[in-house]
Amino acid sequence: MNQLIISAATEGGEAANPLVPNLWEMFVVLVGFALLMFIVVKFVVPMFEKTFAERAEAIEGGIAKAEKAQAEASAALEEYKQQLTDARAEANRIREEARAEGAQILADLKEKAAAESARITAQAHTQIESERQAAVVALRSEVGTLATTLAGRIVGEALDDDQRAARVVDRFLAELESQNAGAAK
Amino acid sequence: MHLPAILPWGAADGFSKQMLLVLLSVVIIATFFVLAARKQQLVPGKLQFAGEMAYGFVRNSIAKDIIGGKDFMKYVPLLFSLFFFILVNNIYGAIPLFQLPTFSHVGGAYVLAGIVYITWIAIGIKKNGVKYFKLATVPSGVPFYILPIVVPIEIISNFVVRPVTHSLRLFATMLAGHLIVMIAGYGIEFLVSQENILLQGTSVLVLAGAIAMYMLEALIMVLQAYVFTLLTAIYIEGALHADSH
Repeated sequence: MNQLIISAATEGGEAANPLVPNLWEMFVVLVGFALLMFIVVKFVVPMFEKTFAERAEAIEGGIAKAEKAQAEASAALEEYKQQLTDARAEANRIREEARAEGAQILADLKEKAAAESARITAQAHTQIESERQAAVVALRSEVGTLATTLAGRIVGEALDDDQRAARVVDRFLAELESQNAGAAK
Repeated sequence: MHLPAILPWGAADGFSKQMLLVLLSVVIIATFFVLAARKQQLVPGKLQFAGEMAYGFVRNSIAKDIIGGKDFMKYVPLLFSLFFFILVNNIYGAIPLFQLPTFSHVGGAYVLAGIVYITWIAIGIKKNGVKYFKLATVPSGVPFYILPIVVPIEIISNFVVRPVTHSLRLFATMLAGHLIVMIAGYGIEFLVSQENILLQGTSVLVLAGAIAMYMLEALIMVLQAYVFTLLTAIYIEGALHADSH
């Protein structure tokens, strides 16, 4: 302390050593700094940190909200795309079905027309056949009668006996047919 | 240029202008930041924004970047107080009428460096136990035959030289700057009071030089506050992670 007083007393003169501190100044700096530390620890830092934390929370909350909205929007978009794809597939399916149905109907109609024409043809055949048959039968009896009558006229003998006449005619026709058959061969 | 000293500068007791300025700095810093932080709006006003910038500078650019990790917040109050305490006390030197950077008196620098010294040693011991002194002085990966040289160097540089340079760097820059500006001031006064008109004219040159030095001094005042705080953060970080250095 003595040393200090001496050096302090001589400060301003040549012997003053600037490295020797003034104890009172040190004390004041210590007290002042302690006071400042106290205020900073007690008030300044907590207040700023609280504001920072609140702000960070507000910003992060905003970001979270935005992310949620984004997710919802993309989910909706996905849904719409899905629906669009479904609708397209549905339309395709319907078109395919219609095409198939059209083809089916066309085929049915063709088939029906073919069947109808076949039926008509067959009917015509049958009719022709039956008519021919009838004509043959009618012709046969007619020819027989005519031939018999003609022969009777020629020979002058009545060939009234039907049974006999029929036999003669049949034999004649059979001969005729066998001749025909022979000629055909 | 000076306010009159309340008591003669050298007084071993009594209340000097330097002490008044120290206490005034506490009032200025506390008032500014409490006002700035008081309203706590999410969208800050001008004052709050300025306060947040200043606070965020120490918090993020010094404490978070240097100390990092989860527990840097514990040291933000100390670093914050140091930075603005030194800053305001230095800036006094650039303000007309005050014209006294309080750390041009060495006592304050000793006190702050001492606080920091005790703090980082305490942190080191608390974190690593007594083993901390071994960690701090015996670097790993050094061949054993070099250790007899390295260990004394480490002891001297870490535990002896470090607090001395820490305090004297601040004190010396402030004193030197103060001296230069004062000498220039007195020089101008001296030259202007000369009879010879040419000699009087040279005072303009001194004035130009003084203004340049004044600007440089203002820069150094801010820089030294930053350097002191940055070194504090580095010392604390070194003590916290002594085992990985």
